[in-house]
Amino acid sequence: MLNGIPINFYIMLSAVLFIIGVVGVMARRNAIIIFMCIELMLNAVNLMLVAFSTLHNDANGQVFVFFIMAVAAAEVAVGLAILSMVYRNFKTIDIDLLSRLKN
Amino acid sequence: MLGYTITQWLFGTLSFLAIMFALMMVFTRSPVNSALYLIMTFFCIAGHYLLLNAQFLAIVQIVVYAGAIMVLFLYIIMLMNLNADEEPRKHVVTRAIAGIIGGMLLFVMVGALRGAEQLQTVQGGASQIGLVKNLGKVLFSEFLFPFEIASVLLLAALVGAIMIGKRDTNINSKETINN
Repeated sequence: MLNGIPINFYIMLSAVLFIIGVVGVMARRNAIIIFMCIELMLNAVNLMLVAFSTLHNDANGQVFVFFIMAVAAAEVAVGLAILSMVYRNFKTIDIDLLSRLKN
Repeated sequence: MLGYTITQWLFGTLSFLAIMFALMMVFTRSPVNSALYLIMTFFCIAGHYLLLNAQFLAIVQIVVYAGAIMVLFLYIIMLMNLNADEEPRKHVVTRAIAGIIGGMLLFVMVGALRGAEQLQTVQGGASQIGLVKNLGKVLFSEFLFPFEIASVLLLAALVGAIMIGKRDTNINSKETINN
């Protein structure tokens, strides 16, 4: 692996992935899909952190990614529990219908 | 092949696949297909981690994200019995505005980041910090306290998820206990 990859390419790749996640959050109505788009944004940031960690030969960035994964797992567990509770009470997870927080 | 090394070919292929699968994740109507495309995106990102010689994170990405989190997503989607026919869609104007805003954001980010660290290249194979041995040493010496806090966070999330998801049988059960 003599010929490396410029850090620019990693910056562009994670910017594109992050913006696909942003567009998904804005364009979809299903709350579960919005959750998945947030996961995609977290992964774009993780990729950026790992690329810079390898570039600077510093392990702190990769440890941060490890902690981000732990927090994301906790977030998904609680978020999906809330969503399944919402679905049980309102029989829908369409965020445009759930925008009032009260029936 | 055309002056590119095999690392650069792998990077290009993985990047193309990751962006394609992410786009299909956003634009597919069926939630199950969406989740499956997101799993493929996570595998592509794990491939990127391997290219950067971050082997520990590549394995964690596959086990935690593609294995645990996405199985949870698929389980909830199947529990709610969502399919493409009942999938709500935003108005076409709203979706067009979302696309335009995303395009403008991409334009600004590319413009702002274009000259950043132009000449530096990531030497993936030369770096040894991503190996399990070296990362474990940092994790269990410098980051020992945050590591323990993370375990408390996961325990709190576990208890919270069970408490939220529990079907409250009847409200007055608490009153009967009090009485």
